[in-house]
Amino acid sequence: MSAPAPARPTTSGAAPLPASFARTLRFELVKLIAQWRIRVILLCCLLAPGVFVAATGQQTSLPADTVFGRWMALSGWAGPLVVLAFAGVWALPLLTSLVAGDVFAIEDRLGTWRHLVVTVRSPRRIFAAKALASLIVVLTLMIAIALSATLGGLLGVGSHPLVGLDGHMFGAGDVAGRVLLAWLVVVLPTLAYAAIGLLGSVTMGRSPIGLLLPALLALLVQVVQMLPLPAVVRLALPSNTFLAWRGLFTSPAQTGPIVVGLVVSLAWVVLATALAYRLFVRRDFTDLTNDGSARRIAVGGLLPLAALTAVSVAAVAVLTPVTGSGITRATLQDSLSTSFSRLYVLQTAQLHRPAVTEAAMQTASTCTKGGLAATSTTSTTSAADAADPTQTGPGNDWRCIVSWHTPGTTFVGQATFQLDVTPDGRYVADGDGPKEVNGSFPIHTAQGDAPNPLWQFDGLVDLLAPHR
Amino acid sequence: MQDRAIRARGITKSFGEVVALDGVDLDIPTGTVHGLVGPNGAGKTTLLGMLLGLSSPDRGELEILGCPVRQDLAVPDGVAGFVDGPGLYPALTARKNLRAVAALRGYPAWSVEDALGRVGLSDVADDAVRGFSLGMRQRLGLAAALLGDPRLLVLDEPSNGLDPAGKRQVHGTIADLAAQGTAVILSSHRMDDVGALCSEVTLLATGRVVFSGPLSKLAAESGDLDYRLLTSDPTHARSVASAAEEIALLDGATDDDAFVVRGAVPAMDRLGAELVRAGIALRELAPVTPPLEAAFLALTGDTPSETPSETPSDEDAR
Repeated sequence: MSAPAPARPTTSGAAPLPASFARTLRFELVKLIAQWRIRVILLCCLLAPGVFVAATGQQTSLPADTVFGRWMALSGWAGPLVVLAFAGVWALPLLTSLVAGDVFAIEDRLGTWRHLVVTVRSPRRIFAAKALASLIVVLTLMIAIALSATLGGLLGVGSHPLVGLDGHMFGAGDVAGRVLLAWLVVVLPTLAYAAIGLLGSVTMGRSPIGLLLPALLALLVQVVQMLPLPAVVRLALPSNTFLAWRGLFTSPAQTGPIVVGLVVSLAWVVLATALAYRLFVRRDFTDLTNDGSARRIAVGGLLPLAALTAVSVAAVAVLTPVTGSGITRATLQDSLSTSFSRLYVLQTAQLHRPAVTEAAMQTASTCTKGGLAATSTTSTTSAADAADPTQTGPGNDWRCIVSWHTPGTTFVGQATFQLDVTPDGRYVADGDGPKEVNGSFPIHTAQGDAPNPLWQFDGLVDLLAPHR
Repeated sequence: MQDRAIRARGITKSFGEVVALDGVDLDIPTGTVHGLVGPNGAGKTTLLGMLLGLSSPDRGELEILGCPVRQDLAVPDGVAGFVDGPGLYPALTARKNLRAVAALRGYPAWSVEDALGRVGLSDVADDAVRGFSLGMRQRLGLAAALLGDPRLLVLDEPSNGLDPAGKRQVHGTIADLAAQGTAVILSSHRMDDVGALCSEVTLLATGRVVFSGPLSKLAAESGDLDYRLLTSDPTHARSVASAAEEIALLDGATDDDAFVVRGAVPAMDRLGAELVRAGIALRELAPVTPPLEAAFLALTGDTPSETPSETPSDEDAR
């Protein structure tokens, strides 16, 4: 038996005060950081993106199927964007699953709810502390990924200008700011997934379904995004911002989808957090067997979120000009013309040919979908064409002819592209001749050999652009 | 210091249609160790949780340390303990677990080292709890409860998983606390623990108090007990026992020359004397079921086979 304890302040029978929020938050952070799983994830987030970006930048075979992937060897700023594109699909929802999706459930698994509630004496503070602690950890992991990828790109490839998704060349300083902004933009949708994680964790208790809810939602969204859904539905999903950040890399920036995505994400954050809070403070902490129930998650979680999705769809439909898929012949032609003319200017400079300007080129495109011959040399689209439902929407069967004027001559050049347009508005233009213009040949640049910028390039259609 | 740490009158608590506590009265003076026993589903966990503030009565009056408790988490400072096992975080060390509690409740930092020392865990204070045995976890849970120098300590199966040395240490700590004026309410399925530590006991069955009072009085409720007799002359001893008044010779088989008789204590005293007078040496005379356990079984209408005696898993009706 130890020696008698020194005198200490005696407790009185006064009504107890809850533990302070700051101390509760600190305790939640200590518990989270003490988990080996979180430590391993943090280590992976710090190392993996940087190693991937630095290593990929040295390869000849680049991940051209990912947006900005084809630029990874030419600009270190492409790396964090490639990582962001991947992270938005899987990594960030998975991180929120492992952190926010487990922050309540772990107390159920350990059987520590009674201890925690009696110690803190305020379920409200416990909820707030857990939510904020998971938010802090998720943001820390995000920052680790972004920093790692950026450092990997800058150290492995260097800080060089980056060609945007409309052919605009962003200087190193400008692109740095936009990369930062792109990562900031996806904070809110990540928090939306984190809020879903909180809701699942509160609702399902020890059940692993709750923990996996953000990842399951991400999977569902991936499936939904592969479907030929109207753009209004696509834009009203909380995952929209994980794609919309690409609008920052056009000039001018396509901010409409970003704003819509941020508003939708914010609504999901608020609603899912409020639902989780409501369910949590009503919980019976004397019940140790909280495994959740299908009814509880349906009524308490899924139905309100489904209603929010419906309201979001209606709001986007009313407040924005978007109709159909958001991808029309006219918007595609406009986008392609802009990209082509800018990349043509770049190619001209790289090949040390006489300078040209976009304005002087008077570029126009004519696109057709579904194997129709594209023969027109004008980008004007008749009302009948615009109304033709076969000449809209995503697909890999768009064929476009771009024409431009060579300054100082009467010559009108023409080049053909095959376009693979995805439902989110991104497209890959594949040069189909003439090979002197859009063929596959290397160009010697200050950063080394680069592929012909007009051979294959990424573009982005603004889904919220007014339709013509 | 008030005389009573707990005063409960007519406490009722229901969960849906399940009545967990039904008109429970309870008086626990300060400076005593009070046992709370009952079969699974009797309402012990609900009552303990209520004393810790996890829930409040639907009806009835509950006063803890002189303060009326009318809502959840409204028990006064000075109450500590655990129910359904201590709440520990396996990824944290023992010291960090206690430091967290101390920080949350505003207890001084030195109380952590003091509590670790009182339960004999100072040597493993920097080990992660995930490597602790059940007994070490129990002791750490007790240490967490001691941090605030409680005046009411609520413990649920505190001896679960303890080795003899650990058990002795925990029992000593509990006895010291009671001697210093702390009221301890201890729930256990191990009647030997209750017998060793408690001066009074409350027996719950289906949410109601079926007995509350001193241990000696509870033992008296056991009625006739079965005793195992091992003598130097089993055949002769059997004939003496069968002829004795108020003694029933049972047919229960034993693994040696012992046999089993049933009777009250005075009758057993007389039988012992007769055996000695007959020149038969008594080698063993012990109750088959301890008196407290027998009283428990008699009052709850349970059967021995239904009562766990080692490391019970108490999933009460909340």
